[in-house]
Amino acid sequence: MPLPTDPDAKLAAYAHPERLVTTAWLAEHLSDPGLVVVESDEDVLLYETGHVPGAVKVDWHTDLNDPVTRDYVDAERFAALLSEKGIGRDTTVVFYGDRNNWWAAYALWVFTLFGHPDVRLLDGGRAAWLAEGRPMTTEQTVRTRADYPVVERSDAPVRAFRDDVLAHLGRPMVDVRSPSEFSGETLHMPDYPQEGAVRGGHIPGATNVPWAKAAAEDGTFRTVDELRDLYEGQAGLSADDDVVVYCRIGERSSHTWFVLTHLLGYEKVRNYDGSWTEWGNSVRVPIEQGA
Amino acid sequence: MAALPPALAEVVDDFAAVAPRDRLQLLLEMGQELPPLPERFTASHEAMEQVHECQSPLFLAVETEPGAVHLFFDAPREAPTTRGFAGILHAGLEGSTPDEVLDVPDDFYVRLGLAELVSPLRLRGMAAMLARIKGQVRAARDGRATGASE
Repeated sequence: MPLPTDPDAKLAAYAHPERLVTTAWLAEHLSDPGLVVVESDEDVLLYETGHVPGAVKVDWHTDLNDPVTRDYVDAERFAALLSEKGIGRDTTVVFYGDRNNWWAAYALWVFTLFGHPDVRLLDGGRAAWLAEGRPMTTEQTVRTRADYPVVERSDAPVRAFRDDVLAHLGRPMVDVRSPSEFSGETLHMPDYPQEGAVRGGHIPGATNVPWAKAAAEDGTFRTVDELRDLYEGQAGLSADDDVVVYCRIGERSSHTWFVLTHLLGYEKVRNYDGSWTEWGNSVRVPIEQGA
Repeated sequence: MAALPPALAEVVDDFAAVAPRDRLQLLLEMGQELPPLPERFTASHEAMEQVHECQSPLFLAVETEPGAVHLFFDAPREAPTTRGFAGILHAGLEGSTPDEVLDVPDDFYVRLGLAELVSPLRLRGMAAMLARIKGQVRAARDGRATGASE
């Protein structure tokens, strides 16, 4: 049985309030059976410095990416991972993490590829929980093993590949990278490693809405009205659009995918995880430069 | 292959001696042992070099005297992995001679057995730190040599 939806008034205004929980709701439900909290961070050691009591760790590099092929883990590996973390198919999973839930949203999106039914984000992530002085622990989480079924990934609804993007040219696309990456001035975000793209710029026709604009200063999501103004008023999208979002490797854009899909209720949003590291290296694909 | 400086060899042995799952804990501890930055660096990062290849902002400074290299790192607490890498290099290389530092194999970090736990992409940050330390040691040495010949 899924846990009840957080009745918080701010969340209730979003298209799918059941995809988000507040820190207060999480604190109240922390020991409910049927709930597993997953921490997913950029830094692989941050969880070890202290985590929400009872939370398990899922790392985007070492747990979710296939170690050889540039792809996500397969159904067997995913089932083994979730079983080990004590997550069953009917478990309510609440994700939280560092940097405005950037990697938490990425993990949530990967769980969605496998069709995990009840996935939610903690509004504000790790920073909000810490700022409110809520409990953290370094105690090792021990959860009873679960028996997660082997469910094949269903990529098509929420994931776009390069050929899908080529076929999508001319339709709405959001590039969520920094303005200088979008214009082609730089190949990677400021202060981050260069991950090897030989050309700079963006996919023709894409609109630039840096991903972090969806978050307020305290890391929580902006209100539904602010988000509408950002993506519809300023970027010109509308709810029935078929949208592709991308960034550099698909992580920042999973955050935007979450916003468009679950907070604004768009039904056809796909994340192109090949993103700029694939497009900017592909031979003869069209590229646009400049703001 | 050149031998590692004794302190760095000891760190590598420590990592090799523990079970893979305990290596992350060890990495965390290495970061916690990183000494605080001396006052002359805390005011501004201008005298330090930023290692852009790290996932989180990391600044380092190298001071050399004829027989010894001194290393200073500034890594945020919210970036324990980057701090851990800095901690390994500090514990292993602080006080080594310039030649010892320059002789450290660029890929020494593969011996730490962290690739599977941390991912090779993240380990690049440590390679980049070592490369920049060597760059500064080389610059100091060459600068001194030039100065002497004048």
